[in-house]
Amino acid sequence: MNIYVLMKRTFDTEEKIVISNGRIEEEGAEFIINPYDEYAIEEAIQLRDEHGGEVTVVTIGSEDAEKQLRTALAMGADKAVLINTEDDVEESDQFTTVKILEAFFDDKEYDLILAGNVAIDQASGQIGPRLAEKLNIPYVTTITNLKIDGDTAHIERDVEGDVEKLDASLPLLVTCQQGLNEPRYPSLPGIMKAKKKPLEELELDDLDLDEDDVEPKTKTIEVFLPPAKEAGKVLEGEIDDQVKELVSLLRNESKVI
Amino acid sequence: MNFSFNEDILFLKRNVKDFIQTEVEAVAMDIEKEDKIPDRIITMSKELGLFGLSIPEIYGGLGIGMVGKCALYEEIGATHNGYTTLIGAHTGIGTVGIVELGNKKQKEKYLPPMARGERIGAFALTEPSAGSNASNIKTTAVKKGDKYILNGTKHYITNATIADVFTVMAVTDSSKGAKGITSFIVEKDFPGFKVGAVESKMGLKGSQSAEIILEDCEVPEENVLGEVGKGYVNALKILTNGRAGLAARNLGSCQKLLDLSITYTEEREQFGVPIIEHQAVAHMIAEMAVEIEALRSFTYRVAWMVDEGEKVIKEAAMLKLYGSEVYNRVADKAVQVHGGIGYISDYPIERFFRDARITRIYEGTSEIQKNIIAGQLRKEYE
Repeated sequence: MNIYVLMKRTFDTEEKIVISNGRIEEEGAEFIINPYDEYAIEEAIQLRDEHGGEVTVVTIGSEDAEKQLRTALAMGADKAVLINTEDDVEESDQFTTVKILEAFFDDKEYDLILAGNVAIDQASGQIGPRLAEKLNIPYVTTITNLKIDGDTAHIERDVEGDVEKLDASLPLLVTCQQGLNEPRYPSLPGIMKAKKKPLEELELDDLDLDEDDVEPKTKTIEVFLPPAKEAGKVLEGEIDDQVKELVSLLRNESKVI
Repeated sequence: MNFSFNEDILFLKRNVKDFIQTEVEAVAMDIEKEDKIPDRIITMSKELGLFGLSIPEIYGGLGIGMVGKCALYEEIGATHNGYTTLIGAHTGIGTVGIVELGNKKQKEKYLPPMARGERIGAFALTEPSAGSNASNIKTTAVKKGDKYILNGTKHYITNATIADVFTVMAVTDSSKGAKGITSFIVEKDFPGFKVGAVESKMGLKGSQSAEIILEDCEVPEENVLGEVGKGYVNALKILTNGRAGLAARNLGSCQKLLDLSITYTEEREQFGVPIIEHQAVAHMIAEMAVEIEALRSFTYRVAWMVDEGEKVIKEAAMLKLYGSEVYNRVADKAVQVHGGIGYISDYPIERFFRDARITRIYEGTSEIQKNIIAGQLRKEYE
């Protein structure tokens, strides 16, 4: 089986977000593989071990993403591809990403493409479905179980806490939800071996794309942090008075009733 | 001079840190209460490749130098010391003898399963009458045909209850003193091999130390490790090699204690301010940090010397001594800045304090290290 995984490098979940000049400050922050993409990588490796074939992990970004690609290789992926847009792309959105991936997959043969359900940074959840549309293949989102039997995929997916079972035909794109598997720690020998595995670097040129082709369709107007949590208010006095005060506050101050 | 780790080491280190702080730290208090390391953690450690830390790549290990090993030991030290000791004893004194002294056949037979953690290693030198005076061992090995017959008792053997492969020192010629000792690779399934009583200890819960009893234990001749009569020298070599790693483990524990101490003293308020703002507390934190930084520099300097192929008998002894003493001083200050909570068993500080105490004793006491250092100095000034 030819398996591809779409991976995104994201902020470490434990990082504190700082905004300066309307952008999220990346200086000094730790980055990780998007946790949902880790499920995708783990699933891909397990399927490869069961059915044979090859796992290729693809990411779009800058050279910094090499670290996360090496981690994926250390986990057990066979190949990695970095589509380096550092010099060509100033602004990007989901359209940009899908356009680039569409061009990348143009000459590829694939049985299965796995992606995370969402990326924890921007959480659009669009890349998988939109890419599948462009490639004209079926897709299933938020999967929690996957069995491949010949050309058929038996899938369980998470629907707001319930399980939906369905079958789909290959080639197929799926997005992975928590519960699908338990991603492994890259083994230490795996890390040593990862150095010798192929990591291909491409630029827009290599995909016959111009900067104009990938210009975003959306514009970011403003980036801001959620309002800081304010200290709570403790009401005092007789219960009746407290209730009256509470109702008044809800009505006049927070205006929720 | 370049004081930075290379990319590979940083990658390995980050990964080990992630595993230790996520998985092992989560069960550290359970290990202490139940005196057992969960099987799940052992299995994960094997899958991660930690058991092959000090084994060459051709035998399925990691094949990294001493600087790299110490970088990983530092991370392994930053959690429950019982776990640290289980891994440390296997990858240190438990396997180093075969790595350094074994012939090709012995290495091919023992190292790959030991690298995978399928077979655990242990080192058996200490006896009731031979501790610091290691040459005074009474266990005998008498040659009979193509076998040696071993008789005697070893005690305080780390990992004895879970180990499969023991590096055992025994007297082959009692007329020659230290030069009549030979090292053997002894498997737990050899006839006449038995694990005796398990000790109850002040600390290092989850790591078991026990007696091993050799009663006409049959060891094939091909299991002589190194040369006949070189056992004492071998033992010293194995212990010397282990010393940098041990210091690195202590370093990791010290760093963990500093992390915990800073976090606590920033949060805990007395007299209206976080206690770290009281100078007496701040100074203790500063003193801890200085000693840890000195230990860190010393550890990697000696590790680098090992990788350069330099002779490090004196430096390794200094490092073992310094690392153990610093760990004890840091643990003492950590208890002090934590106050009452530092003495309570629901928190990890008192556990580190108890676990630190053994480091001044095992693998050569602090006093023996001083003897080695002075002896080496006298040679230099001869």
